[in-house]
Amino acid sequence: MHEAPSSEELLGAVIGFLTEVAAPHLSGQAAFHARVAANALALVEREMAHRQPADARARALYAALLSDTSSPLDALTKEVCARIRSGALAYDDPALLAALREVTSAQLTIDQPTYSGLKP
Amino acid sequence: MTALTAPLTRVMQARFGPSAQVTDMTRLSGGASQETWGFGLEMRSAPTRRLILRRAPFQSAAKGEAIGLVKEAHIIGAAARTGTPVPEIIHVCSPEDDLGDAFIMAHVEGQTIARKILRDETFSRARSRLAFQCGEALAKIHAVDLDSLPPDLPISHGLDQVDRYEAIYRGFDMDRPVFELALAWLRQRAPQPLPATLVHGDFRNGNLMVNPEGLAAVLDWELAHHGDPREDLGWICVNSWRFGVREKRVGGFGTLEDLLAGYQAAGGQAGEAKDLMWFQALGSFKWGIMCLIMYQAFATKADPSIERAMIGRRASEAEIDLLNLIEGRPHA
Repeated sequence: MHEAPSSEELLGAVIGFLTEVAAPHLSGQAAFHARVAANALALVEREMAHRQPADARARALYAALLSDTSSPLDALTKEVCARIRSGALAYDDPALLAALREVTSAQLTIDQPTYSGLKP
Repeated sequence: MTALTAPLTRVMQARFGPSAQVTDMTRLSGGASQETWGFGLEMRSAPTRRLILRRAPFQSAAKGEAIGLVKEAHIIGAAARTGTPVPEIIHVCSPEDDLGDAFIMAHVEGQTIARKILRDETFSRARSRLAFQCGEALAKIHAVDLDSLPPDLPISHGLDQVDRYEAIYRGFDMDRPVFELALAWLRQRAPQPLPATLVHGDFRNGNLMVNPEGLAAVLDWELAHHGDPREDLGWICVNSWRFGVREKRVGGFGTLEDLLAGYQAAGGQAGEAKDLMWFQALGSFKWGIMCLIMYQAFATKADPSIERAMIGRRASEAEIDLLNLIEGRPHA
């Protein structure tokens, strides 16, 4: 295994190039898209750091909600959706709301960590 | 010079006389289906004016819920007659003008970029009045006589929008529990529709031209329809258009109290706060699905830009906003 430079280091270098070198040399739509590209890579960086623990936590929350500790996360997510849709899980169920808030907040930590909706 | 200069010059000369000349044509914005151009109108006998050409190059370009530019121009004209601040319509194009589905309007000075309006010192006076002025403008829009509007405008009240956006969401085959929650909540708590009025359909930061004195013009009427007036009041409250200033519920610049004070002062009847919140939640739900629609445009290679892809990751902002609304959190 060779990890020098690491994926994180390479991403950081590309983000730096896009924002500090490429974007200032571009204009109009191209400059805008260079900055969006840097934002996309910063999202990938956050996803690499947070996806696994976020998914593990989501699986534990949904497992408790559904009393199902064996199914994988995607099956649990599908079942949560089905039960909300059928009314088996009520939209004002406090355990459901707490679980969805935690899962959604973790997703936003990856997607848009400074979003104002996350503030208490 | 663009290929548009010659037909546009003919239209301007027919209207303003043979001395009319078109100068400085500049593409301002727009995608493949719609273009906005700014240009100067020079005449021998009058000072140069700045005008705007809005056009869809092909007659078939109106797509999705958009009503088409000729209808849009007629609606702007009707809204002007009730005192809504709108750009003056100079000319509505007909096919022989050779400009496509198009109209020409006066250029209105000001700013539409929310981050500048919410933060720049230039707009501090505007910010203090804008929510009230938005309320007044919405009351005037909702007072437009429906008989004065183009026939066959879309009719859409609220619950049918829940149905429409649910169908889109189901079509994506994605499992998003918060959207399921929102659907259950919206269906359970839907208010009785108010009598139909003209609804702007996209009244928010980005479509409001603001100058240092406040609201100068309401733009982008392509989603106008007959419907429940509270749809507009809820949409301007959606947190996604507050650009980080969450405690100012109306567009990040003002309070709901100011918006409703302006609305009532100009004759509007807003009804109960909980029903406005329902329309705000409908707005957040729609925005979340719109984010997924824009991602789909990327995923299907209809629009391969990184920006389209990244908007897909904004669906989660709508999800936290929906949870804040459903749980009745402060500043939701």
